[in-house]
Amino acid sequence: MNQPIRLNPPLSDEDVEKLKIGDRVLINGVIYTGRDAAHKRLSDLLKDGKTLPFDIKGQIIYYVGPTPAKPGQVFGSAGPTTSYRMDAYSPSLIERGLKGMIGKGMRSDSVKEAMKKYKAVYFAATGGAGALLAKRVKKAEIIAYDDLGPEAIRRLEVVDLPVIVVNDVRGNDLYIEGERRYRKG
Amino acid sequence: MREIHVKLITEKVRDLCMEANTDLGEDVLQAFDRAMEKEESPLGVEILKELKENARIAKEENVPICQDTGFAVVFVELGQDVHLVGGNLNEAIQEGVRQGYKDGYLRKSICHPFTRANTGDNTPAIIHTELVPGNKIKMTVAPKGGGSENMSRVTMLTPSDGIEGIKRFVVQRVKESGSNPCPPTIVGVGIGGTFEQAAFLAKKSLLRPLGSKNPDPELDQLESEVLTEINQLGIGPQGLGGRTTSLAVYILMMPCHIASFPLAVNIQCHAQRHKETEI
Repeated sequence: MNQPIRLNPPLSDEDVEKLKIGDRVLINGVIYTGRDAAHKRLSDLLKDGKTLPFDIKGQIIYYVGPTPAKPGQVFGSAGPTTSYRMDAYSPSLIERGLKGMIGKGMRSDSVKEAMKKYKAVYFAATGGAGALLAKRVKKAEIIAYDDLGPEAIRRLEVVDLPVIVVNDVRGNDLYIEGERRYRKG
Repeated sequence: MREIHVKLITEKVRDLCMEANTDLGEDVLQAFDRAMEKEESPLGVEILKELKENARIAKEENVPICQDTGFAVVFVELGQDVHLVGGNLNEAIQEGVRQGYKDGYLRKSICHPFTRANTGDNTPAIIHTELVPGNKIKMTVAPKGGGSENMSRVTMLTPSDGIEGIKRFVVQRVKESGSNPCPPTIVGVGIGGTFEQAAFLAKKSLLRPLGSKNPDPELDQLESEVLTEINQLGIGPQGLGGRTTSLAVYILMMPCHIASFPLAVNIQCHAQRHKETEI
């Protein structure tokens, strides 16, 4: 396997064009968290033509609802949640400049189309590796929707957050390719 | 008659909630090792290594293995000669879950089905109580995450579907689930009983230690055959391709109605979390 690629958001079109499905990536810098409830609110803001709580251009969103941090801990256990629940909301965010999403599980065709059209990628983090992923978060602060508790939007500073490219800008899908390669009979 | 104060129940349940969420069983880690030896996908092997490393961190630092600390599913085997005092058994268990999820910094993941308002304390727990001979209480807490639970199904097969019908349904379920339940999974299968009993058997089968054999030779054979078929699907660890889609298929069966053939499939993710104690 190749050496992992280090990525530092915000990402440009060139950054994401270079990525291929199966690439192991270590994310360094700032990412934002959001899942079901936050996405609904962001989507409503976009529909009403209002500004989002943070500048989405070039950014990466991590679909996560962590456990509460223990005293002395920066972030609680933080593995990805299943992404398909955010499918309805993602294309409009991608259109507005969102360059990366981290989650787990296959995305819909409309999300994959948006990634091809507007140049964005989808990464998988290992589901259930909550303790390991939490250790890569060096700073965490709520920047919006505090009332949502674990579902609030947080700004995270991460060091070497390990993810795999699952969808690239060319429409490839590692969930489909992987299964095809290892299927027997 | 042996008197047991329900305060003790609350204490034990609290501890079990926290332990189950941080300390993955040795049998699971050994199952990862066995899987790594056979896995043909290099990425699959990396993922299995990551899961092992994750379990080590969780245990050492006393933090949850996964952020989905689950619905608290509690199995109680209550000895008929026990006399519970000081309160109500169910309330004592709920309080244990409340305390465990608070003191253990576990995620509160239970909500109203319509409004989605969080109940705030991870209750209610699901409690399955069985009366058994003797004067002890055995309790098992098995937190169950939502992702894998969502991939589970109950079906009423036709008796003529036969064993082949069971294999078809189980394998098809795993295929359709893809990466959603966080493979590699453990597949719990309940056969027989009634509609709800089949589901209960499927859930109960998930308590079995990994690497164990089914005491019924026919079911043991069926478990192996279904597991082989599942691992030919190519889904692999985290659904990214590989030969380890499931670590085990475990079946519990009981007699059913002459007109029926109930079948339940309860999918469990790789974080097969359960801890037990005996009072």
